[in-house]
Amino acid sequence: MLKQTKPLLLLAASLIALAGCGQTNTDSTQKGSDAGESQPSAVASASPSPSAADEEKPVEITFYYPVNVGGPLTKVIDEMASRFMDSHPNIKVNPVYTGNYGDNTVKIQAGVQAKQPPDVAVMMSTELYSMLDMNAIIPLDDFIAQDSEIQMDDFYEAFLEDTQTEDKTYSLPFQRSTIVMYYNKEMFKDAGLDPEKPPATWDELVSYAQKLNKDGHAGLEIPGNDDSYWMFQMLARQNATDPKQNIMSSDGKKAMFDTPENVEALQFWLDLSRKHKAMPEGVIDWATVPTDFIEGKTAMMMHTSGNLTNVKNNAKFEFGVAFPPARKQFGSPTGGGNLYIFKDTSPEKQAAAWEFAKYMTAPEQAAQFSSSSGYVGVRKSAYDTEAMKAYTAGFPQALVARDQLQYAFRELSTHNHGKVSTAITNQIQAALAGQIDAAGALKKAQEEADRALAPFNK
Amino acid sequence: MPIGWSEKLKRNGFGWSLVLPSLLFLALFTYYPMLKSVWLSLHEKNLAVSEPLFVGFDNYVQLLKDPVFRQVFGNNIVFAVGTVPLSIVLAFLMALFADKAIKGRGLARLAFFYPNMIPMIAVANIWLFLYTPHFGLFAKLAAWIADQPVNLLGSPDTVMGALVFMMVWKEAGYFMIFYLAGMQQIPKDLYEAAAVSGLGTAASIRRITVPLTMPTTLFVSVVAITNAFKLVDHLWIMTKGGPNNSSNLLLYYIYDTTFNFYDQGMAAAMTVIMIVLLLLVSSLQFLRWDRKIHYE
Repeated sequence: MLKQTKPLLLLAASLIALAGCGQTNTDSTQKGSDAGESQPSAVASASPSPSAADEEKPVEITFYYPVNVGGPLTKVIDEMASRFMDSHPNIKVNPVYTGNYGDNTVKIQAGVQAKQPPDVAVMMSTELYSMLDMNAIIPLDDFIAQDSEIQMDDFYEAFLEDTQTEDKTYSLPFQRSTIVMYYNKEMFKDAGLDPEKPPATWDELVSYAQKLNKDGHAGLEIPGNDDSYWMFQMLARQNATDPKQNIMSSDGKKAMFDTPENVEALQFWLDLSRKHKAMPEGVIDWATVPTDFIEGKTAMMMHTSGNLTNVKNNAKFEFGVAFPPARKQFGSPTGGGNLYIFKDTSPEKQAAAWEFAKYMTAPEQAAQFSSSSGYVGVRKSAYDTEAMKAYTAGFPQALVARDQLQYAFRELSTHNHGKVSTAITNQIQAALAGQIDAAGALKKAQEEADRALAPFNK
Repeated sequence: MPIGWSEKLKRNGFGWSLVLPSLLFLALFTYYPMLKSVWLSLHEKNLAVSEPLFVGFDNYVQLLKDPVFRQVFGNNIVFAVGTVPLSIVLAFLMALFADKAIKGRGLARLAFFYPNMIPMIAVANIWLFLYTPHFGLFAKLAAWIADQPVNLLGSPDTVMGALVFMMVWKEAGYFMIFYLAGMQQIPKDLYEAAAVSGLGTAASIRRITVPLTMPTTLFVSVVAITNAFKLVDHLWIMTKGGPNNSSNLLLYYIYDTTFNFYDQGMAAAMTVIMIVLLLLVSSLQFLRWDRKIHYE
């Protein structure tokens, strides 16, 4: 019996552990505010004065973050946090590495339900509506209005899009990516193709991939499991006549999956393997695609720019990075995580969390994080820093994802996001596996999404 | 003459005080969560409502209509039917071998038991590689048979078979241990008597070993069936329940519903169904059916 309820038991244990941690935190705040009458208020502390704060007990905040790509990123983030504490002695940050994005969200969710959320956390940009529906996060507009240092227009527009809904900003862009096309220059040469001219249109993509599909390696791989809607969004946008077309409404209340243009986009994906024989059939695994590319099992791949460092360190051949080819236009959804600040904590902690979030997204930090991870620098001025200039001079491929941002747009994000994204992901998988045709798959996905969204359209 | 309550307390107090610590923990971490699940399963609690809303048995009705739940439940039956008999038969054969083989007996036992010592997550990673198209041993084997590249985990037709195969490999060694213990309990003179009577090896296995290990078989069956519903760790690593739910199992779907769909009411309803199901299975053991099949 004990075994049967193991998951429940684990959950209960973790909740108790969380409750325990939270308790100590609350205590320390109370002591902190008792000790110093002159403790700066929420707004005043937005401009820290390190010398004055020395004698007071520092405000302690908890910071959850996931790592979703290879490499020792936890070290980078912990380092950034400790440098923040050096320059802000009145704030103590406890960084908590929480696993991948999925684990991270689960931990945050458990914390929110136990009324002991982290103070600040990196979370998928797509969790925005779920967090709002759980009443878990606060808008940042007051902080932004009162803080002249933040300079919101220095952030790339494409990354700000998913921090906002209904004229309010709820997060700051942090670890962000787009989809780029990686290609093996040596295989291009072997196939008689110019390695400096990657395919720029769908037609070129097909003919290149066909030529490259030989000698035991595939011409192209597009991953189809996990969040396959991400790749689908890319193809759909490339095939859209309207330059601002997306597969959901900007208020997150409607999905637009089964339009004729989207059906064409999915059909193109299926044709790449079935009709054009340029890609392996079936659902290709997200995690094995980069391995295939590095091992020379595929000549081209569509994948997240977050894999740049991985490919750079492990590929034993020259490779190029390019925009995924256009049909009617270029296009790629953005991806990755933003910094959110949570409710159910004190205003002092929220102000401290804001200071921390601001620091983590400042140009120097954005540059450092980008060059050590492969994620896109979230600010324009990050690319003017010396560190970033040195990095991109030696590795110009890193600029492709940045240059693509003018064509980038918001990742699928709706109310009831889990159900809506699963609906479309599953149907794309079914279509890739040959169980259903493109039009039928998108029709079913649309129906499921409409059901999941119905309560939010009352 | 009826016994007074103080007398009763005196007689049972010591017993209760021994049981109390474990009872306390069971109540806290097992019975309370179970009751809470039952309570939650009668409420709508998801992103669309801010406070839990009492809906009676509506969640259960919705579940019956949910095609994914039906598919997942069906998958789990297939998974159980695929893994349980096969791993039990294999375990029995391996135990026979490990019991008899004179030379290298320890080595044989170790080799058979070894898959069970690796954590499920590590097993899943190893097998993920074995099934990876182009690289993996089994992927290459399948490609050779089908004469074209096969993506065993990426196709709805093969994914379940691939997972069943892995699970049998993992589980059989574990069940073998029970059979080994069962076989060593069988008095050796039975076999000697059989040999004297001119009974062959096959016949003595059929007439002596199989019937006398029946209690083990019952126990192992119960463990195997409940395991088929409880072991889902590999899904995180290998398929995430895909493609299109064709490898999704009940416990994984419950997890998904809670932490991905934030639909706690529905997840609680499924949890209750699962608890009832597992209680029914384990009651086979609990009700001492093994006595009825024991030859004594």
